[in-house]
Amino acid sequence: MIKEKAAQLLREGKVARVLGWEAGEFAYDLTPAYFETEEELKNLVYNEYSGANLSKYLIAASKMEGVTLALLKPCDTLSFNQLLNEHRINREKVYVLGVGCKGMKDQNGELLLKCKCCKGKEFKAFDEVIDDEECRNVPESDRFEEVRRIEAMSAEERFAFWRNELSKCIRCNACRNVCPACSCIKCVFDNPKSGVAAKANTDDFEENMFHIIRAYHVAGRCTDCGECSRVCPQGIPLHLLNRKFIKDINELYGEYQAGEDPEARGPLTNYTQGDAEPSVVRERSGE
Amino acid sequence: MMMLKLSMERVGELFSAIANQQALYLPIESADQVNFEKWSEGRKVRLDVLKTVKSGKDLFFPQSENLVAFKMEGKSIEIIQQELSQEKFVLMGVRPCDAKSFEILDKVFLAEPQDSYYAARRANGTVIAMACGNPEETCFCKNFGIDAADPVGDVAIWIHEGNLYWKSQTEKGEALTQSVKSLFSEAQEAEIDAFKAGIREKIEQLPFSHLDLSSFTPDQLNEKFNSPQWKKLSQSCLGCGSCTFVCPTCQCYDIRDYDTGHGIQRYRCWDSCMYSDFTMMAHGTNRPTQLERFRQRFMHKLIYFPSNNDGMYSCVGCGRCVAKCPIHMNIVKVIKALGGESK
Amino acid sequence: MQMTQKEWKPKIVAFCCNWCSYAGADLAGSSRLSYPAEVKIIRVPCSCRVNPLFILRAFQRGADGVILCGCHPGDCHYSTGNYYARRRMTMLFSMLSFLGIEPKRTRVEWVSAAEGAKFSAVMNDFVKTITDLGENVKLGDLRCKESLK
Repeated sequence: MIKEKAAQLLREGKVARVLGWEAGEFAYDLTPAYFETEEELKNLVYNEYSGANLSKYLIAASKMEGVTLALLKPCDTLSFNQLLNEHRINREKVYVLGVGCKGMKDQNGELLLKCKCCKGKEFKAFDEVIDDEECRNVPESDRFEEVRRIEAMSAEERFAFWRNELSKCIRCNACRNVCPACSCIKCVFDNPKSGVAAKANTDDFEENMFHIIRAYHVAGRCTDCGECSRVCPQGIPLHLLNRKFIKDINELYGEYQAGEDPEARGPLTNYTQGDAEPSVVRERSGE
Repeated sequence: MMMLKLSMERVGELFSAIANQQALYLPIESADQVNFEKWSEGRKVRLDVLKTVKSGKDLFFPQSENLVAFKMEGKSIEIIQQELSQEKFVLMGVRPCDAKSFEILDKVFLAEPQDSYYAARRANGTVIAMACGNPEETCFCKNFGIDAADPVGDVAIWIHEGNLYWKSQTEKGEALTQSVKSLFSEAQEAEIDAFKAGIREKIEQLPFSHLDLSSFTPDQLNEKFNSPQWKKLSQSCLGCGSCTFVCPTCQCYDIRDYDTGHGIQRYRCWDSCMYSDFTMMAHGTNRPTQLERFRQRFMHKLIYFPSNNDGMYSCVGCGRCVAKCPIHMNIVKVIKALGGESK
Repeated sequence: MQMTQKEWKPKIVAFCCNWCSYAGADLAGSSRLSYPAEVKIIRVPCSCRVNPLFILRAFQRGADGVILCGCHPGDCHYSTGNYYARRRMTMLFSMLSFLGIEPKRTRVEWVSAAEGAKFSAVMNDFVKTITDLGENVKLGDLRCKESLK
């Protein structure tokens, strides 16, 4: 049905290309791809392995000739909205075909981390939606459970936990490059003039710094799409850093879901006069 | 050089015996990932895991290493050379593909002018390569003339029916063998013949074992370079360095200066041709698009490197990029798209 | 051992906004109110100028404590800069704590141009806190600490 719709829009000339997933060598190794003809569309697949969030590709697609039809899952539309909010996507150049989602799997057939904490099946932006009853089933979850578990540790335990995880980092930048919120044209870590540019973690400090700043730079803009953890070749639970920021924002500045509203002002580009003082961190830690 | 064997129940004694003489690196599990790390009592050895996340190349060509330091005091600058690595070590449990990758790295780093940092580690290291009892569907070493049943290293080992079979293959390997020989009992080559045949059988059946590489020759350079396929292949590449950093044969590096506040530490670190700032110099005209960067990686492995090295491809078919690419684009898909569909 | 403990002096970086806190430090000086020599002041146009990377880099290069001083909320020279700084630093400090870094190593204080006495008191107190806490070993870059010196 998705293919037919896409083919029809291509035929009618309403869209110039389709952004979706292309079949691979196995069932699970789908590659995001553009399809420009009905012939090419034969390779389009949408199944339980279409986990990749395609919204970031629309930054580049916005600069292409003609309209791009993008297949977006409900959670992808949050990232899409956030990018609209930041004026990174030209809405006129995108035709959003919302596609229903029953939860996505990794190559071992396990439910993706992001799907274990599904953020709902509602499309926050769309031109048209194709889904069914089954797709609207949202499983119960508590996405901050793991963050709370780490918060409850002693400072030494937390330090050991993160050293253990972050020391695996090979600085491949997959987390950064896949992130729909990381859309700087030149990243501070690639800019030799920034003084922090590096291609490898040469000291423990650089592992910490890279990941603190990566998570910080998307704080208040991260929709919790979980792509960072999905792509990490070393299996570092990077989403926990993002969720920590989300949890803090929710607790200190009020509940906020990035991408919910394309007009909203993000929590870190906003303030109230009665905001908590930074000393609240010290007080909460009890140290 | 004879075949020896040791019960896997006593493999811990072997680790201790080696580690008593020199550093021992093994596939070790830490924070849910298996990588080559220094063994010590109590560490979780995972010889059963087929692919470590990073390859064994780290031991010879680490992700970052210091080259030279400049110490500044007043108007004087003192230059302090980094000493070459002295650590004698054994790298155990390397798979045949990774073992082959050292041969490829040697072509780069041991050619004149020799890379003394790499050469020192290579001279100090003894490689124990291990046969693959359970190759995975992402493996395609067969295409590059690698026999997963008969690994090439200073020592070759096979783990079969609760025993570790051990055979030295070089002088270095023989020296190591002599030092731990008392642990082993003698065995016959024939004991693992069926096991080897089984491995070859499995490899034969793997989906990527029969890629057609015949068109990837130096005279096809222009044709491959100008192929219209690159656009399609590269268009969703994220430009991250996962494939290059998990690759056992990628050997590009960058040299950088780090200002420590009281001097300069010059070091080198892995670089990736997938990065937008790869080979960026003052002229600022490195490869400007992801298509060119993407093409470079595969052209290098499949055309340029073999052109300069008697037809030796700089891919060993370990399949790490197949497993790790965030968008599931990889060298197998590239080979197939460029006319290397399975025979 | 006791001796070396006593001799160790922390390195403190204080980011002070040009309009209030830096003037506050000036006033402390001209009023002959002392604050410890371990405090190195970096003048910034506004507390809001301080990027989280500044804080991290201070630690990288050997700081044992970092303090940010700005105008009192509501009194920012640019009217709202310090409100943003307040949220920003709260988030950063919370993340550092999440990674197991001592929360006492970082602080934000509002010091006006008229509060020379407060500036002096704050710095004395912060230096004492960091001295008690000891050297920063969790968030420094070894290359900056060792070898070449």
